[in-house]
Amino acid sequence: MRFDVRRAALTLAAPLLAIIFAVLVTSLVLAVAGDPVGEVWSTIFSKPKPRNIVNIINSGSVLYLSALAVAVGFRMNLFNIGVDGQYRLAAFVAAYVAGEAWLPGKLNVVFSIVVAIAVGAIWAGIAGLLRVTRGVSEVISTIMLNSIATYLVAYLLRQVSAKGTNNIHTNDIPVSSQLAGFKIVPDAPIAVYTLSLLAVVAAVFYWLLLNRTVFGFNLRATGQSESAAVASGVNVKKMIIVSMLISGGIAGLIGMPLLFGDSYNYGLTFQTGLGFAGIAVALLGRNNPIGIAFAALLFAFLNEQSNALQLTAGVSNDIVNIMQGVIVLSVVVAYEVVRRYNNAAEQRRVAAQLESTRQPEEVAA
Amino acid sequence: MSDTSDAQDTAVRLTDIGKRFPGVIANDQVNVTVRHGTVHALVGENGAGKSTLMKILYGVQKPDSGTIEVDGRQVSFSSPADAIAAGIGMVFQHFMLADNLTVLENVVLGAEKLYGSGDRARRRIHELATSYGFDLDPDRLVEDLGVGDRQRVEILKVLYRGARTIILDEPTAVLVPQEVDELFENLRGLKAEGLTVLFISHKLDEVLAVADDVTVIRRGRTVTTVDPKQTTARQLAELMVGSELPSPSTETSTVTDVVALSVRDLSMFDPQGGRDLLTDVSFDIRRGEVVGVAGVEGNGQAELVEAIMGMRKVQGTIALGDEDVANWSTARRRESGIGYIPEDRHRHGLLLDAPLWENRMLGHQTREPNRKGPFIDRGGARADTERIVEAYDVRTPSIDTTARALSGGNQQKLIVGREMSSEPLLLIASHPTRGVDVGAQAAIWDHIKTARREGLAVLLISADLDELIGLSDTIHVMLRGRLVGTVDPQTVTPEQLGSAMTGAEVPA
Ligand SMILES: Nc1ncnc2c1ncn2[C@@H]1O[C@H](COP(=O)(O)OP(=O)(O)OP(=O)(O)O)[C@@H](O)[C@H]1O
Ligand SMILES: [Mg+2]
Repeated sequence: MRFDVRRAALTLAAPLLAIIFAVLVTSLVLAVAGDPVGEVWSTIFSKPKPRNIVNIINSGSVLYLSALAVAVGFRMNLFNIGVDGQYRLAAFVAAYVAGEAWLPGKLNVVFSIVVAIAVGAIWAGIAGLLRVTRGVSEVISTIMLNSIATYLVAYLLRQVSAKGTNNIHTNDIPVSSQLAGFKIVPDAPIAVYTLSLLAVVAAVFYWLLLNRTVFGFNLRATGQSESAAVASGVNVKKMIIVSMLISGGIAGLIGMPLLFGDSYNYGLTFQTGLGFAGIAVALLGRNNPIGIAFAALLFAFLNEQSNALQLTAGVSNDIVNIMQGVIVLSVVVAYEVVRRYNNAAEQRRVAAQLESTRQPEEVAA
Repeated sequence: MSDTSDAQDTAVRLTDIGKRFPGVIANDQVNVTVRHGTVHALVGENGAGKSTLMKILYGVQKPDSGTIEVDGRQVSFSSPADAIAAGIGMVFQHFMLADNLTVLENVVLGAEKLYGSGDRARRRIHELATSYGFDLDPDRLVEDLGVGDRQRVEILKVLYRGARTIILDEPTAVLVPQEVDELFENLRGLKAEGLTVLFISHKLDEVLAVADDVTVIRRGRTVTTVDPKQTTARQLAELMVGSELPSPSTETSTVTDVVALSVRDLSMFDPQGGRDLLTDVSFDIRRGEVVGVAGVEGNGQAELVEAIMGMRKVQGTIALGDEDVANWSTARRRESGIGYIPEDRHRHGLLLDAPLWENRMLGHQTREPNRKGPFIDRGGARADTERIVEAYDVRTPSIDTTARALSGGNQQKLIVGREMSSEPLLLIASHPTRGVDVGAQAAIWDHIKTARREGLAVLLISADLDELIGLSDTIHVMLRGRLVGTVDPQTVTPEQLGSAMTGAEVPA
């Protein structure tokens, strides 16, 4: 299809409106609480340092994977709330496997990634199976599976950690399997995770799968109208299982950049909560692979820039969570407003065109 | 009627109404004057702008230009609530009733302010029902009612809210002739009480039988308003299309000896309702044959179709050619050459928010020209959509338009074109011309006849008895889930068929 500049501008209008609105609401909250509004914004919107830029890219790519995992389900009206549990369990098992170093060097990395995908997929697949065989809502089952994953990981972590120490974590990955990352930001003391590339790979996979394959067509059809999909020959049960497997498989990737680029083991301090952030990012990005990229970078930017708030403005960086929440809520409204405006504008344009062709048309009629 | 009729005489006057959608002018300087206490019909081709005009009058859509007058006062509606307050009510083509509530509850729902929801409401409903001649039990569940009664509930709902002018969008499309007669009896009752009825229909004979005035709309403009007593259906059709209609061609039988579909002893039990939906249904369709099923809606036709399509579990055997397909998935049945025109196009036939070319793929996504290996063949699908749009005269600005933006009849034409493509062996057609105009109906019949000559087997289910008699080689009558008789379309009249459908003796 043709690329329409006006349309693209309008598409961007909605998230921009939402962000402006969120800034206003957050300012109001700050003002009511008696916090220094100006200093908060000057901190958040200050120019990030090279080190911060790397952090934004790193956490952005991880958020991206998380949002993509959620988005696969969303496109089919499946609410995989369990991305959080899926990635934590997958990261733990992969860390264990990588720490055991059954395979040498980079093969060990590849093998562990495959294991992570499998574990994430299986954990999500349980919810899919419960849905098609027992009719259990995937919302409920994935929430349950999240907390089961928490306890399961905590239990297994103790089992695999060295006995008699306080170092509760899996064995460190051998140096030959650790990934040094890319020094693409000049003057930054840290590197962009090598496995941030997984986000790019997953993006291409997601786009191809949904928009270019018959499977993706079936998935979108099921999401738009289950009854029409059934009549067209789609096996909805199979679709639910397979989409949950794909969603969980992508979720399995979330922990990989961190594991091989930073922590080198899975311990008590391994980052949690990424799955929930992914839901918000997917909503903001409208399940669109490019939209999600912007949304993920925005969220990563806000998180990173808010770290200094306590120091510079004496404000807790939780304020950023409020802002992110408002963005997600208001973006839903903003998309609707822009859609209406868009329709009205298009109608005016068509009307104007018709006006100019009316005379000859009437002669012809 | 004349334009000089004074305000007191006029219930609704629409002047210079204009409405545009992306790429189309739905209404362009439409003028309609509706007299008090009359039945006023609107006719026109698919996509002419009839539904749009009525939605504007009911406040669902805002006109871009023009004025609306009700009882001589100029009004501007921003929502249906405003229209209802001005005494205008509308029944949409797709019923909006809650199945698991009673008639009374459905009528009162959302209008509790008027007469409460207790005895007062019950009395009011009783009053309305008796004064307009509606025979309805307020305590029956809506799910137990047939289509004719459901429609009466919809009309009652509108009356209950105080409507003096009632809009009905294609009310007869889903009714069999007896029900149509009953509906028209009701409409005359409303008229006698001084109410005004505006209705849209593609069935021109009915229009001429019941309307006092008929307004013809063509491509968004009013052509004229005529007196039905001095107009024939043919003249009306020509006014709609703007040219002469082709005459129907005579047909010789094309039935062969080769059985395309063989159905034996199909039975289906509904555990919730505790009754049989289908009982021992058996029949054959040979290549080149059209087998019709006549029956009042809700007598098992939908279940039969869904069983053959593999969308519902059923006992008995279904063979396509020599192959037993009873355990095949819907996808496999479609791939082996079954085309399917569903009864409810919105629920089973379309992705309303997807573009037309994606809708072309629906149900055919595993086959050429829509597929290349695991991938979608966008080029192939788009080119073939262009072909269908052309061949079936689907009126649309482009194939990237969403299905939702098409008028009802044009949606139907797209579905028929899709299901007739890739040369099916068997076509399961439920109401294939429901909601399409006379011209398009004739075109669709021609397409089916041509395919039949080349060996297509058709299972035809239709509430339109003329269609059933005109197309079928054999007609089975279906009643309460059973095939209760077979009639010869060469000799049967619509009246005989109609009474057979309601359980009277089947003519030999
Ligand atoms: N919501 C919409 N968005 C865009 N176009 C629309 C919309 N609704 C209707 N249209 C277009 O307006 C035109 C008139 O449609 P309308 O539904 O009024 O036709 P109609 O006369 O009721 O036809 P039918 O007999 O097929 O029901 C059609 O070309 C249709 O495609
Ligand atoms: Mg219509």
